[in-house]
Amino acid sequence: MIQLEAFTKYFHKGSINEVLALEKIDLTIRRGEFITIIGSNGAGKSTLLNCLAGTYMPDSGHLMLDGQDIAHWPEHRRARFISRVFQDPLLGTCASLSVEQNLALALRRGRRRGLRIGVKKAERVLFSQALKKLGLGLEKRLRSRVGLLSGGQRQALTMLMATLIKPDILLLDEHAAALDPKTARQILDLTTSIVNAQQITTLMVTHNMNHALTFGNRLIMLHRGKIIFDIQGEEKAALKKEDLIARFYDRQKEELSADRMLLG
Amino acid sequence: MSWYAFIGALEQGFVYGIMVLGVYLTFRVLDFPDLTVDGSLPLGASVSAVAITHGVNPFVSLGLAAAAGFAAGAVTALLSTKLKILHLLASILTMIALYSINIRIMDGPNVSLLGVDTVLDPIAASGLPGYLAAPVMYAGIALAITGAIILFLNTELGQALMATGDNPQMITSQGVNTDTIILLGVGLSNALVGFSGALVAQNQGAADVNMGVGTIIAGLASVIVGETIFGKEGIARACLAALFGSVVYRLAIALALGVELGRFSFNPSDLNLITAVLVVMALVAPKIKGRLQAK
Repeated sequence: MIQLEAFTKYFHKGSINEVLALEKIDLTIRRGEFITIIGSNGAGKSTLLNCLAGTYMPDSGHLMLDGQDIAHWPEHRRARFISRVFQDPLLGTCASLSVEQNLALALRRGRRRGLRIGVKKAERVLFSQALKKLGLGLEKRLRSRVGLLSGGQRQALTMLMATLIKPDILLLDEHAAALDPKTARQILDLTTSIVNAQQITTLMVTHNMNHALTFGNRLIMLHRGKIIFDIQGEEKAALKKEDLIARFYDRQKEELSADRMLLG
Repeated sequence: MSWYAFIGALEQGFVYGIMVLGVYLTFRVLDFPDLTVDGSLPLGASVSAVAITHGVNPFVSLGLAAAAGFAAGAVTALLSTKLKILHLLASILTMIALYSINIRIMDGPNVSLLGVDTVLDPIAASGLPGYLAAPVMYAGIALAITGAIILFLNTELGQALMATGDNPQMITSQGVNTDTIILLGVGLSNALVGFSGALVAQNQGAADVNMGVGTIIAGLASVIVGETIFGKEGIARACLAALFGSVVYRLAIALALGVELGRFSFNPSDLNLITAVLVVMALVAPKIKGRLQAK
């Protein structure tokens, strides 16, 4: 469904600080896949997600969605297909608007907005039902300003907003990393239940090896802008944490020894 | 304060209140500090004055003034979003350019409206005493416009506008082109300012190229005074607070101008100083209040 072809992204291209963030990435994402993405800092995980969402444009390569190249579409135009949840719980919602106003904005994701009323009565019922499923009591706070909610509540709301209209792809960028362990657990459980119930194609960046193994049906490891490991299905299910850690550090050891040679 | 000074302050409060709504839209809702208003207020005034002296109906001239204001705001928005000029600087550039444009429109630094029809004539003809006609008329217009803005902010588009000012990343990922929204918002704001300028010109009987000096500070002062007195929770409350903040501000100015301490009294030219002090006080007051409560 989604194909990246020789997808390349530089930062500060042409300057002394040039960084090759994504190097000729080839990746095919099939409908219904739940992919977890791991890699060390600077591996290109977030850059990959940002390129998919349209925050960054690639320097070369293609991004095909159902046969159409959307690599250079602006972010707002892709919103029809793509929704995302950020690491920062404050980034996904509007603090000065109410819970129902935020949900109403999300209900119109990718649609033309006109002079119709912003929050309709029938929509309130829908929101109330959807919020009840979160089990946070937010259905009683439809008119509260989102700024009054906790980080965890805001992230749960963002998760709901991202999936209120089923997206073709859901991008999760370490969306539980900024929360305390208990809240993070709740958000991840919520993620699993929503993604499974709606069969949403999902990309989830994580720093947590356990999460990378337990969630999803495919795992990708990025390193210095390249995919160095791509495993799925039963093979992934059989993968042990030790194997993954071994893989993870193998690469870094290689580099260390290379550095040592240089220094020696 | 004399009765006439009071009525005059009310009148001005409502007329400039429409401008204050515009400032509220950019400064508070869109988080886009826009100084275009110092130029779009006289722009609206000159367009309206020239139109009326060429035989256009005074009410129609208000529409023309609003359209001209929208265009001025659109220029600022485009300078900022498309050419990536800092919003503050972009608005100053438009404001400066408008000085020349306004003189071109009026073919001179001012146009007199003495002896021609204005929007006040129909209501004056209805038999209402002259000193009441103006405040009633302007209050009606200002309240109607405030109502329209409240309704607009509750629409899908209005909500997108509020979200753009609050969290541009969020609303972009909901599929909204923030550049378009900023164009619309800053345009609408300056349309209100142009409309207000047209009414000011008709009220005082002349359009003048320098009448816009200090508009932004008066607007900001009114917004802050309104928020402090009437609160800012909710769309309707915030918009009404902006309008009535303008009325309170004009009353406060009238009071200050009437103060006599021995041989000292304020001149109208002290207005800018008084306003600046007022804004500083209003900005600092909540902090001092917070500190006192914390003790």
